[in-house]
Amino acid sequence: MSLKPAVNKNDHAQGNLKSDLVIVEYGDYQCPYCRAAYPVLKELGREFGSQLKFVFRNFPLSEMHQYARVAAIATEAANLQGKFWEMHDAIYENQENLNEKFLIKLAKQLNLNISQFEKDLQNPELGNKVDSDFESGVMSGVNGTPSFFVNDKKFDGSARDLLQIIRENATE
Amino acid sequence: MLQKGTPAPDFTLFATPDQEITLSEFKGQNVILAFYPADWSPVCSDQMALYNEMLKFFKKYNAEIFGISVDSKWCHFAFSQSRNLHFPLLADFEAKGETAKKYGVYNDKEGECKRALFVIDKDGIIEWSYLSPTAVNPGADGILEALQNLNNK
Repeated sequence: MSLKPAVNKNDHAQGNLKSDLVIVEYGDYQCPYCRAAYPVLKELGREFGSQLKFVFRNFPLSEMHQYARVAAIATEAANLQGKFWEMHDAIYENQENLNEKFLIKLAKQLNLNISQFEKDLQNPELGNKVDSDFESGVMSGVNGTPSFFVNDKKFDGSARDLLQIIRENATE
Repeated sequence: MLQKGTPAPDFTLFATPDQEITLSEFKGQNVILAFYPADWSPVCSDQMALYNEMLKFFKKYNAEIFGISVDSKWCHFAFSQSRNLHFPLLADFEAKGETAKKYGVYNDKEGECKRALFVIDKDGIIEWSYLSPTAVNPGADGILEALQNLNNK
């Protein structure tokens, strides 16, 4: 199964943006398995950040996770102020406290313009961005979170498996 | 397992403790049947939870989805409530697995349905079927592709 659409300029990416090795995660901010994957992906970033591009797409399971969608929208709102990854990290690092009020608190800690942030949370365009990420995930064969893609191909394994395979290939 | 072009065998199964659903009553609509082994599989990678998030996509294609397992109506009731599911789970409970057997997706050894998907068109003909390895959640991309094909006909 391959990634539809391919990674493009609307995606949130970090690491080496010019790299040919591209990892995509579909994640849910309230999913405990995504929380567990988060430090592993940080490790991946520390070791191989100069060699790979890492992309995050939203896949909130809103019916199961009450705050997953609003958290995804909050990262998009933070993105408008240039702090997508800061918000992304802050949410995963504090997942157990996640709710609407706490997102505002995180925005304050990140020194975002709060009135703008609150306004953006209501912006339907950001909701549409999150929903279109979700739809792309479904079309790409995402069946749960987290799901990973390596160079557009679905990777059937955990973050730990992913890190291990990249390590093995790096030492060859 | 029944293949594309086969008329979908009719059935009547409990959807709630006091309500039954008959497949042939859904002629004129597309129907997705998702046979699965059991309620209460692990969260987050759960197939039914994924479909629950996708109802608006299915609606776009005028498609109803039914989950089917051999769990009883009361088990389905509790599972649905716990996962906040908004589509029916049918109990292939008495005679056990009868419907799964008609579709050729019963696992005799475990006494459960296999993990299998069917997309049935408005006239009750199977448009697409897919048998997934039991441990793998097949996702929904195949279903959506089949529905798109039906739309393009």
